[in-house]
Amino acid sequence: MIPELGHYALVLALFTALVQAGLPLAGAATRNTAWMAVARPASYAQLALILVAYGALTWAHVVSDFSVANVVENSHSLKPMLYKVSGVWGNHEGSMVLWVVMLAAFGAAVAAFGRNLPPTLKARVLSVQAMIAVGFLLFILITSNPFLRVVPAPIDGRDLNPLLQDPGLAFHPPFLYAGYVGFSMAFSFAVAALIEGRVDPAWARWVRPWTLAAWSMLTIGIAMGAWWAYYELGWGGWWYWDPVENASLMPWLAGTALLHSAIVVEKRDALKTWTILLAIITFSLSLMGTFLVRSGILTSVHAFAVDPKRGVFILILLLLATGGSLLLYSLRAPTLKAGGLFAPVSREGALVLNNLLLSTATATVFIGTLYPLFMDILKLGKVSVGAPFFNATFIPLMVPMIAVMVVGPLLAWKRGDLTYALKKLMLAGAVTVAAVLWGVAAHGGPVLALIGIGAAAWAFFGALAEFAERIRLFRGPLSDSLHRARHLPRSAWGMTITHAALGIAIAGMVGTSAWNSEVIRAMKPGDTADIAGFTLTFDSIQQVQGPNWKADQATFTVRRGDAVVTVLEPQRRSYSTRMMSTTEAAIRTTLFSDLYVALGDPDTKTGMWTVRLYHHPLVPWIWAGGVLMALGGLLSLSDRRFRVGAPTRKTAAQKGKAVPAHAHPAE
Amino acid sequence: MKRHLIAACALLALSIPAARAVEPSEVLPDPALEARAREISKDLRCLVCQNQSIDDSNADLARDLRRLVRERLVAGDGNDQVKSFLVDRYGDYVLLRPPFKSTTLLLWGGPFALLAMGAAGVAVYLRRRQGPGGSDTAPLTEDERRRLDALLKDQG
Repeated sequence: MIPELGHYALVLALFTALVQAGLPLAGAATRNTAWMAVARPASYAQLALILVAYGALTWAHVVSDFSVANVVENSHSLKPMLYKVSGVWGNHEGSMVLWVVMLAAFGAAVAAFGRNLPPTLKARVLSVQAMIAVGFLLFILITSNPFLRVVPAPIDGRDLNPLLQDPGLAFHPPFLYAGYVGFSMAFSFAVAALIEGRVDPAWARWVRPWTLAAWSMLTIGIAMGAWWAYYELGWGGWWYWDPVENASLMPWLAGTALLHSAIVVEKRDALKTWTILLAIITFSLSLMGTFLVRSGILTSVHAFAVDPKRGVFILILLLLATGGSLLLYSLRAPTLKAGGLFAPVSREGALVLNNLLLSTATATVFIGTLYPLFMDILKLGKVSVGAPFFNATFIPLMVPMIAVMVVGPLLAWKRGDLTYALKKLMLAGAVTVAAVLWGVAAHGGPVLALIGIGAAAWAFFGALAEFAERIRLFRGPLSDSLHRARHLPRSAWGMTITHAALGIAIAGMVGTSAWNSEVIRAMKPGDTADIAGFTLTFDSIQQVQGPNWKADQATFTVRRGDAVVTVLEPQRRSYSTRMMSTTEAAIRTTLFSDLYVALGDPDTKTGMWTVRLYHHPLVPWIWAGGVLMALGGLLSLSDRRFRVGAPTRKTAAQKGKAVPAHAHPAE
Repeated sequence: MKRHLIAACALLALSIPAARAVEPSEVLPDPALEARAREISKDLRCLVCQNQSIDDSNADLARDLRRLVRERLVAGDGNDQVKSFLVDRYGDYVLLRPPFKSTTLLLWGGPFALLAMGAAGVAVYLRRRQGPGGSDTAPLTEDERRRLDALLKDQG
């Protein structure tokens, strides 16, 4: 009964979304306030109904209702409760329901907090948001219904893929989806602005918090995925340039560009048409990511042709959303008036350069990811595009990006003084050179790693230099600087933290990619192995029983010299229902490196176990950097300026500042 | 089963490469040669896997290819010779870094062409944004200054 209620709620949500997509839009066109007012209650109702559906599905998973096909295929009565709950989104159908939950939640948030939005803009935003919801709800109901029953119901389920039964991965999809779906807000605002025919600094200030929230979530989602790959796949790789990873990287890159170009719209009333285009592109890339991974087209063109229903549906959705919005863009964008003027060497100029490089990087990932597909479809032969291609094209674009990233914030709006900015960065430059020299002395290369460590130092210390400049550190009494730091807007703190965190993350990436060491050896209890100054003794092996798995667990004593450092216990788990095994690496994390032990298969003849030992320098910095970047984003989000409703207050407050006020009085 | 795995992979925005790759028995006794083998392996695709190098994959084919690479190295082949040996057998598909040729022109040239086009677009945009007060406005010549003074005097 409860699954049917969930199904019914989903159908009701579809019809609510249809009303929400139509009436407010028509109301905004005809200035009918009653019709426009429908948007708010409709978006609440839509969220409530989708939550009912989501709750029903969760209930079926939690109580292990094996009469529901989705539960049978992805759950097992012995599965731990955490994974019963996370298993709801650990499969295609459930994850799509989570997608619409997020979509409706973002819509309802605009309805609730966007009180100061002009009524027509708000009605149109919610309308566009509902159109996206209609598409995805139809997709779920027609091709991916999670509430289908099985008759007769089996005794037990087939369990969730063991690789997904992991705490790191349990929360990876919700963050990733909050990011993907959050960009729908930027898209809806862009389309609504095109319909209105008006883009101004106030619009940018309304759209930026949503983009910032989405970007922060996506950052956490990607970092979590990389972290999971690192500890779960058994050898410490964290990024593979796999198409599915690229699908999440593209919206992230485009979203980063969008965040920065929206600053120019907000502060200087320039780059408006470009920002609108970026908003459309960013969400289109999120949709495309969904298409790429859902349709199976990545595995092969043929897999797509075998079961094309879902793929074709999302492809049509993608074409409608992207094509429709781009058509509107081509009609309306030329009518948008260009705003503020500025010299090439200026804050605006640096942000334009940032956008150029980030967009090209996005395009590069796009070309590399889809090229094999195009070749295959056009029958030009089969080609593989892997990590070596991306390293050769993506990294050269990122190096100048980071160089500009540090200088940009030190340039004034309108017209900057490059000599002044570079003078302020002399210390950061010196540290950068020192870091590269250290790299040469300690490791002697490779060249790419030296460039990388230089970029990391430049990003980190450059961000600090900019912050020191802002609070006039060492140019007056310290108490004055502290006072300034306390009164700095949170968005300034956010920027410094995020830019510095990127430097931290890059250092981690370089350290682990270039300077890791590994020992792969067949060992039996009693054997020892040396790595990076540590001696590991394979003490024993024993059987361990978990709720729905059995494992061989090895015990290694780690010594440095004669002193015992720690004991590591890697496992090799086997899940009986799916007949799959997973590696549970044991990792000793310190501030500067990870010591990583993974247990492989035993050789039945000799009784030897394959043991993989790794030393990954700086790798924790990748995760720390990722989390810090997201925190910086959230800190900016808490800035008073972005608090929804602030724009009207801002108009008066901004006049007193040196920054020219272009705030558009809210209607 | 396979469909579930794909769906799962898809959901996670991460592929699920297998945990095990190079086995102890494969490792060459000469560390320099082994290091070269690893480097070559990272550029070669496991043909039956989804976008994995033979260095990362535990598929039987990947193991066979890893052995083959090491055999060729022990026989005295250079890195490029090993790769071309495999390309002769399996075609360009085996290379994770696609070769530069007519069919991959857009792949290799695309990013740089886009960057050049974007840079040109930005240059035009910046020029237009600069406006009349831009930095490239030349200072007044002596003649202009005299005429301006004259005009101002007329006004006054």
